[in-house]
Amino acid sequence: MTSKLRAPGRSIPRTRRQRKLAPRDRVVVTAMVVIPALFVIGLVWLPAISSVLLSFTSWNGIGSLDKIKFVGVQNYVDIATIYPPFWPAVQHNIIWLVFLILGPTLLGIFLAVLLDKEVRGTRIYQTVLYMPVVLSLALVGFIWQLLYSRDQGLLNAVLHTQIDWYGDPNVNLWAVLVATGWRHTGYIMLLYLAGLKGVDPSLREAAAIDGSGEVSTFFRIILPVMRPINLIIIVVVVIESLRAFDLVWIVNQGRNGLEIIAALVTSNVVGEASRIGFGSAMATIMLLISSVFITIYLRVVMKEDKS
Amino acid sequence: MPRPQSQAEYLAGLVPPSVAGIGRRAVLRGALGVGAGIGLTGLLAACGGGGGQGGAAAGPGTVSLGSNESGTTFAKQREAMAADYLKSSGTTIALNEVDHNTFQENINTYLQGNPDDVFSWFAGYRMRFFAGQGLIGDVSSAWPLPGVVDKFKVQSTADDGKQYFVPQSYYPWAVFYRKSMFQAAGYQVPTTLDEFTALCRRMQADKLVPIAFGDKDGWPAMGTFDMLNMRINGYKYHVDLMAGQGSWDSPQVRTVFDTWRGLLPYHQPDALGRTWQEAAQTLQKKQAGMYILGTFLNEQFPTDEDDLDFFTFPEIDSRIGATAIDAPIDGFCMSAKPKNEAGSIAFLKYLTSPQAAAAAASTGLPLIAVNSEADTKPYSQLQLKSVELVSKATEIAQFLDRDTRPDFASTVVIPAFQQFISKPDDVDGLVKSIEAQKKSIFTS
Repeated sequence: MTSKLRAPGRSIPRTRRQRKLAPRDRVVVTAMVVIPALFVIGLVWLPAISSVLLSFTSWNGIGSLDKIKFVGVQNYVDIATIYPPFWPAVQHNIIWLVFLILGPTLLGIFLAVLLDKEVRGTRIYQTVLYMPVVLSLALVGFIWQLLYSRDQGLLNAVLHTQIDWYGDPNVNLWAVLVATGWRHTGYIMLLYLAGLKGVDPSLREAAAIDGSGEVSTFFRIILPVMRPINLIIIVVVVIESLRAFDLVWIVNQGRNGLEIIAALVTSNVVGEASRIGFGSAMATIMLLISSVFITIYLRVVMKEDKS
Repeated sequence: MPRPQSQAEYLAGLVPPSVAGIGRRAVLRGALGVGAGIGLTGLLAACGGGGGQGGAAAGPGTVSLGSNESGTTFAKQREAMAADYLKSSGTTIALNEVDHNTFQENINTYLQGNPDDVFSWFAGYRMRFFAGQGLIGDVSSAWPLPGVVDKFKVQSTADDGKQYFVPQSYYPWAVFYRKSMFQAAGYQVPTTLDEFTALCRRMQADKLVPIAFGDKDGWPAMGTFDMLNMRINGYKYHVDLMAGQGSWDSPQVRTVFDTWRGLLPYHQPDALGRTWQEAAQTLQKKQAGMYILGTFLNEQFPTDEDDLDFFTFPEIDSRIGATAIDAPIDGFCMSAKPKNEAGSIAFLKYLTSPQAAAAAASTGLPLIAVNSEADTKPYSQLQLKSVELVSKATEIAQFLDRDTRPDFASTVVIPAFQQFISKPDDVDGLVKSIEAQKKSIFTS
């Protein structure tokens, strides 16, 4: 800690370095540790723990805390047995994850590799592909509404069809996934491109001298070197698919074929509904699912640090 | 320069300012200050809940009014009323306008935080629920209100027999059509279900969509259910069902869904991807013959509103008749602990008076006043017909999502009705599922 606080590059006698911090420095350091810690505990851990606790209760969010009624695992039983949107929501989250990985993520990586080749106008392509990421989701929802509207939309007008893109529960999930993918591709592309720029060019040269082709260079050399970025991308995709919410909420508040766990949590907790305990139970389920992925990620990262 | 307090500071002092840039401590101090500042405001905002909404100062001679309309014609009407009230009584109305949906979604936090003395709300179960929770104030001292008839008083009364609401305006739901289309094709207004379905078949033969329909937002279908349930099982059964009494898994409710299924082929297909505005456009373009909606439909007819007309949903069972309607009543409540109670009661009395209606009408767009003494001269033909419809009605329901618990309406009824519309054949599974969820919600 001491050495980090001192301005770098200045020679200080060794004996002095081990001296204790000056009182003022100690106060500063303590404040810098304690204040962020309080924020993390207050804004992350306390809400997380209280929603786990609330998930075993029944409360309408009105009145003092003593009106909270303990109901055991009733909320979880209800979710699994009599709440029709729950299982479709789990299924849709999984479809969302698989689709994002197989579609937009691979496409984004592919585009990044192409753009890394310094093709002409690469900046323009980058801008065009990244544009959707900059747009607010409300705007994205609006743009796609113009395309997807059954009676007045562009898509049905061009194709001369009458497909109910947003209303037919067999179609609308895929329609929304395409809209999400439109955004997601640019995001992954930029992340991966940044990673590719950081790869030492001498590796490629060495591979080329050894007679390795483009494809095998990528799969045998670049991809293993890019391991940290690959991991980050997997985590980003998992988080994005669990977080999937905004677009679905804009389209129809996560109903009728677009059930998503995050949307169910919101419709139960936020707003007038106020089934706090019931919604918290679903949030807890979401927390459990995401902690599985977080654990896997942490294990991989820690293993790497050790080796 | 003050004497350096540590060695590091002394050494840092040796570096000329141009090289050092901003001192380390200054940066640190700045960072801490910003951090603390953000944290503090964040915490304050969190404590306040709907902080932005409440808390307009209410001194002597001031009453604060929380309004769920902002930038709309209703908002202009309320501004006009506040100005008029200041002129006539000398009391200042501190108007606090919030967007309609935001107001509604935050109502729980708003009422538990620092609500305004008087705020806009709806009659029905939601008002009674807040009264039961002690979140709104007893305004029975404002009653009886001259010119407000008994059926409105019933809708303003909570379970303890006292009034917690003052009604101001309403808008009925009905079956809308275009006069010119009915005239040209010689269609007759149906008074029974058989005549209604016969008319639908005739329209289908004439290459029209008989009933325009859009249920993307989930609530328009509630209007259809309400009408069918009140025509088949009567007003009392409907209101009890909404209040959680009686079973959804009953022969009565099954009959409602069966009847609805019989009418679905005459509804516009693919309704779940269509907003009510888009559905209204099909009537506007004369591609559809009828549309079951509230009188706010006229928004979509800016130039040809005069061609719009409506009839009440036809009779299904002659023992029940066709005199119960959906006509959501908008009005005002008082918060549980108003800063100016006497002023609030006086203002509530004003809000339901003919003078308030006249002030609203001065904006060029009148509201349909609950008060029977209000001047109806400025009304449009549609509004005059609405008054006639409501005055003939023997019972008034408030619309499904105002007549029942909001959690039941939004998390159970909307998904269930949407499932019914896309797969109308499994009524048995549907009513069982609704009943199981209803039990879980109403007993919690």
